[in-house]
Amino acid sequence: MSHLEKDSFGAKLGMWLFLFTEMLLFGGVFILYSVYLTRYPKEFGLGGHQLDLVYGATNTVVLLTSSLLAAMSVTAIKTGAKKLTLGLLSGTVGCAFIFLGIKYLEWSAKFHHGIYPNSPKLIAGPPGESIFFSLYYLTTGLHGIHVIVGAVLMSWTAVMVQKERINAGDNVTLENVTLYWHLVDLVWIFIFPLYYLIL
Amino acid sequence: MSHETAMAEGGFWRDSGRTGIGAWIFSTDHKRIGLMYLYCVLGFFLVGAFLGLLIRLELMAPGPTIMTAQTYNAMFTVHGVVMIFLFIIPGIPASFGNLVLPIQLGARDVAFPRVNLFSWWLYAIGAVIVLTSLFTGGGAPDTGWTFYVPFSARTTTNVSLAVFGVFVLGFSSILTGINFITTIHRMRAPGMTWTRIPLFAWSLYATAWVQVLATPIIAITLLLVVTERILGLGLFDPTRGGDPVMYQHMFWIYSHPAVYIMILPGMGVISDIIPVFSRKPIFGYKMIAFSSLAIAAAGSAVWGHHMYTSGMSDLGVLVFSFLTFIVAIPSAIKVFNWVSTMYKGSISLEAPMLFALSFILLFSIGGLSGLILGAAATDIHVHDTHFVVGHFHYVMFGGTGFAFFAAAHYWLPKYFGRRYKEKPAIVGWVLMFIGFNILYFTMQVLGMEGMPRRYYDYLPEFARLNFVATVGSWILLTGVAIVVWNLWHGLFKGEAFTGNPWGGATLEWSVPTPPPTENFEQDPVVTHGPYDFKGAGIP
Repeated sequence: MSHLEKDSFGAKLGMWLFLFTEMLLFGGVFILYSVYLTRYPKEFGLGGHQLDLVYGATNTVVLLTSSLLAAMSVTAIKTGAKKLTLGLLSGTVGCAFIFLGIKYLEWSAKFHHGIYPNSPKLIAGPPGESIFFSLYYLTTGLHGIHVIVGAVLMSWTAVMVQKERINAGDNVTLENVTLYWHLVDLVWIFIFPLYYLIL
Repeated sequence: MSHETAMAEGGFWRDSGRTGIGAWIFSTDHKRIGLMYLYCVLGFFLVGAFLGLLIRLELMAPGPTIMTAQTYNAMFTVHGVVMIFLFIIPGIPASFGNLVLPIQLGARDVAFPRVNLFSWWLYAIGAVIVLTSLFTGGGAPDTGWTFYVPFSARTTTNVSLAVFGVFVLGFSSILTGINFITTIHRMRAPGMTWTRIPLFAWSLYATAWVQVLATPIIAITLLLVVTERILGLGLFDPTRGGDPVMYQHMFWIYSHPAVYIMILPGMGVISDIIPVFSRKPIFGYKMIAFSSLAIAAAGSAVWGHHMYTSGMSDLGVLVFSFLTFIVAIPSAIKVFNWVSTMYKGSISLEAPMLFALSFILLFSIGGLSGLILGAAATDIHVHDTHFVVGHFHYVMFGGTGFAFFAAAHYWLPKYFGRRYKEKPAIVGWVLMFIGFNILYFTMQVLGMEGMPRRYYDYLPEFARLNFVATVGSWILLTGVAIVVWNLWHGLFKGEAFTGNPWGGATLEWSVPTPPPTENFEQDPVVTHGPYDFKGAGIP
């Protein structure tokens, strides 16, 4: 391996390793979910029915769309279409904001009903329900933080594309950020059925 | 510190665009980053050792001796946190790994030099956060380094900040792991095939995988402790339907593999030193390399052996006990191979070799006492006693700690261009070895007799052995002081060190002393194995 030229395969290898660590981070939350689901199946069922399927489904579509736009931006930069790339990246970041907006509405509605961590209503209710909503806030909150980080990275990448530091010849950074974005999407693909659909 | 003296030696010490401290804390040179890690981990080792000394002083006699019970609780917690997260986890991989790995592979630097610098910064920031937590808020954490709930969720001491600091340190560890895996896959020089990689690099490879795969679990677990304290999620709170034992599982899913993050690089150091000082190719190269991976893999599935008494099912206990015994096999393979390497070799007993030899003995004692703990029946007797403390220090201090000093005596002269004096090094080693055994073997006996760990006070029948152990700690620390002083003084002011006096066949011995910034004047082509002394042209 020559040390002077950029090793884009190596850069992607590093990114994939980092994605493993992210999966394991969420893995910890999913372990808790599976253990407590076995212990409190009834309360989890009741809790799941209180979540708003419309918000959840809309957000799934929004994230899938954003992932599509992100993937298209990689194809676009490889053909050297700078403007198209910037447009697609803006679309991705826009979707991230829509996702966060919907999440805000969803959480607000829950808070309004007195369902938030350590709320008097949850403390008074059955233990399993409190666990369910604690996990719900933990998982979606952690995922939300990743959406914000992803959006910041995407915006930074867009600036790099604008400055042509990322271009048709050297675009591994964009590819890596896109990989990260797909992970954010993928994690949601697991969260959505676990909390909104199967219960 | 006097960089001037050493900088005059040239090599990577001088060759840098910037001057002053900025040339170090913003440098992406793996050698400079490695040295910065080295200064930090050595500093924290001395801090942790001092705290250990105070703990032993308190336990010298029954009843209150020099501190209150609350201070004692904080002492053993901080001793654990500093030694585990600030010294021993980054100890060998981040300091010597950074110094040595790229050169051993024939590379100019690691795969991601800027990420490497970022790792060091995260380490420094994490360390500052942990240290801040000791003196602010409700005072130093008093939970033990394991941060067990429900106590850690309720105590008024500054647990949240300390735990957050450890979270940041974990991030640093992950990034180092990612960097090393990528480096080993992508940066090897032409001819550096997988079976020509030095065994130290192999051990770093196995370590890096554990860092990458295990650390995220502690990250989420520690985040949960913080959210538990701040938001009151109640996920580990039995009154709210949570389960504290789940915390123990998640904690040990990381923290057991983490002991292999600590010991594997030490084993790598020993695998590199033994053949050089026996003047004989390593025995069973492939098995040693493979056993590192086997330890990393098997070690990921044995965390339950920390929890035999926490109400696990009998089947669970049996399975974890069985898996624990499996880990002993690759560890034993290494020990047998090291001993076989020495057989009929031309052994020269210099400082690095003495530390390496004592590693084999102390690690074996530690490993075998680990089997007593790993067997479900005997564990019930010694669980949570000083036997565990003795066992842990045998593998971690007797293992990794002695390997750290072996590595320091072996590699540092190459990087400083000056060397320590041999006699004080040997005197220090003798004192360390004697003091170590007096201290920790006594602890194991105490544990067998039933003295619990983490207790501030104890029954009068334990008084005599506790006194002996405390005397051992003085001898041990005298040895450590001599060794560290001798290294420090020698590396900055000692005689010049040039070339390859010990006759190492790995690539780091083929470059100038100290190595230049680019490591190699020309990219090397590797034609021989790491322990092929004939192939390297060494008489």
